Amino acid sequence: MNGKVYPIPGGLHPAEHKAESNARTILVAPLAERYIVPLRQHLGQAARVLVQAGDTVLKGQIIGTPDGHISAAVHAPTSGRVLAVEPRPVAHPSGLPDLCVVIEADGADTAVEMHPIDWRNLAPGELAKPLAAMGLAGQGGAVFPSHVKLAPGGTAIETLILNGAECEPWITCDDRLMRERATAIMQGAEIMRHTLGAKRILVGIEDNKPQAAEAMRGACAQLKLAARVTVVPTRYPSGGAKQLTQLLTGLETPSGKISTDIGIQVFNVATAYALYRAVELGEPMLSRVVSVTGHVAEPHNIEARLGTPIVDLIRLAGGDLAGVTGHIIGGPMMGFDLDDTAAPLVKSVNCVIARNPALFPRHPPAMPCTRCGQCALACPASLQPFELYWHAKAKNLDKARAYKLFDCIECGCCSHVCPSHIPLVDYYRFAKSEIVAADRAKQAAEGARQRHEFQLLRQEREKQEKAARLGKKASERLEAGAVAADDPEAARKKAILDAAIARAKQAKETVQAKNTETLTPEQQRQIDAIEARRQAASPATEHEA
Amino acid sequence: MISAIIVMAAIGLVLGMVLGWAELKFKVTGNPLADKINDILPQTQCGQCGFPGCRPYAEAMAKGEADINRCPPGGEAGIQRLADLLGVEVKPFGAGVAPKPKSVAIIDENTCIGCTLCIQACPVDAIVGASKQLHVVVADLCTGCELCVTPCPVDCIHMEVVHETVNNWKWRYPVVPIHPERAAP
Repeated sequence: MNGKVYPIPGGLHPAEHKAESNARTILVAPLAERYIVPLRQHLGQAARVLVQAGDTVLKGQIIGTPDGHISAAVHAPTSGRVLAVEPRPVAHPSGLPDLCVVIEADGADTAVEMHPIDWRNLAPGELAKPLAAMGLAGQGGAVFPSHVKLAPGGTAIETLILNGAECEPWITCDDRLMRERATAIMQGAEIMRHTLGAKRILVGIEDNKPQAAEAMRGACAQLKLAARVTVVPTRYPSGGAKQLTQLLTGLETPSGKISTDIGIQVFNVATAYALYRAVELGEPMLSRVVSVTGHVAEPHNIEARLGTPIVDLIRLAGGDLAGVTGHIIGGPMMGFDLDDTAAPLVKSVNCVIARNPALFPRHPPAMPCTRCGQCALACPASLQPFELYWHAKAKNLDKARAYKLFDCIECGCCSHVCPSHIPLVDYYRFAKSEIVAADRAKQAAEGARQRHEFQLLRQEREKQEKAARLGKKASERLEAGAVAADDPEAARKKAILDAAIARAKQAKETVQAKNTETLTPEQQRQIDAIEARRQAASPATEHEA
Repeated sequence: MISAIIVMAAIGLVLGMVLGWAELKFKVTGNPLADKINDILPQTQCGQCGFPGCRPYAEAMAKGEADINRCPPGGEAGIQRLADLLGVEVKPFGAGVAPKPKSVAIIDENTCIGCTLCIQACPVDAIVGASKQLHVVVADLCTGCELCVTPCPVDCIHMEVVHETVNNWKWRYPVVPIHPERAAP
């Protein structure tokens, strides 16, 4: 029995390329020699590193602690020794290195003690706290820290949606996970439902994954859950959180809002699986399933520890075939080119595609926009992509924002259908990051202004306080002088002082020069002559004066 | 004729009273144009414009006493926005003022003697420390104004350019190669 499917705008149906990798069971990667664990694997603040080179770590030991509210913990994927904490190449569209902990595995894979969480006896919302140390982040691509999503303030969550649509071509990791581990996924979903206080669980799966839908239905029946599995038509991007919400409930997420604001929380099936492992087994997020496909010998889904170099994953999938020209992280619609295959697997990487010119022909050069409107028909967010393109291209950022640039989910439908082959999404990404940077600069300037104004205020206040203090002291001294008149003790002291001054004065007046007592008559005569001259000169001097 | 004069005079009196009342009621305090200009300035408080801080410069500009091209931290974009606001022509930077890449001050921990002179010089309270204790620049709050560099008696402060990291990286403006065959890797 399938649930009702509501229509959504836009979308398209690119070649699926799912069969390459979805026939083989998930391959569990053997232990690697070396793991490179980035401290930024999630949305928000990077984790704060807790180890340094030379430390020994155990599997599951926390090596990066969440820094701030929107942040997630990072754990050691295996036991071993920390070789370095340094910037290393990571899977990021910029190709810039980021801070990583490099761990040399000792081969023993000794784990820390893991304690399951007794979630049934926790009130809804209380699970978020112990989960914060588990490092869970959404595995659909946005890598939003899961513990934050499981304790949303504001709107009460009515519906939990489990996203198994996996709409992007080539990617099959969620498909294989649902086929093989449906029970664990649904147990995770039940924990989510309990924690969120939601009433129902809806599972959305595209109709190109019938086995996965069957397995999930079986798991729901076995666990006797209030969950409904709905098969939705295969149409990219049905796996977008807002799109799947509308497909399953008919509710459209308002502009500038997220599903949470309308009482719906969406999680990826792989996140539910990770949550099951974290809560029921006490195991933090140490591994994930990733599709390694494209132009490789044996496309596979591989369950590998986070921090495994991507080059190792490619080797496990049989290695690159001749003619590989690069690798894509994520799907062909939204993914980006990987600069260095030494970069490690992180929580957000759901797919690695080896590209060759036959599978991914080079884009023809972009031609001018003809205003045909194909992009507007394809846009699942009901935007006007050509308007956004003009404004972004002209760097008219305020205008682009006014045309709801931030409702764009960067799905790539518009670029895909553009008959002029304009890389539209590249323009939107450029405009978005410019706006975000400008907003950040504005905020920093506002903070600087406030601090500067406060400093001026403080200096002024200090000056006034000092003046007041000095004035008070001066008036105190004056007062002290006035008080002395009626204070007998002070009067006595003053009398002694005055007497001493008078004595000194008198002594000075009465003193006689001691060198004039024994003068010869000759000397006496000289002195008298000088005195006479002085007497004679002095009236003249006075006159001059 | 008389009644017309009286009516007109009465209307004039009433309207005059209303205007007088409105003048008092809706009195504009401060200079709104200076506020608007100040909003555009980057608030580094660096003094490179020749004024002691951003607000004095904004007030001078509002009075028409200062040029719009004296704020290097604001960059070309800042000049553009000031020109738009004030309705004047965009002009290049004035002599002796040129924009530099954004940088932050770094205190050498081994040399700092804890004299607090840099703390007093910092216009945005971005340096923490106490007398005879090590001082530290809070990098997120530092505006890169360089006002702390000269007061230091032991020359332990230097400016470091802020490099691009994964955190502050921006998507580039799409460049479409004219000859894709040649530009391809």
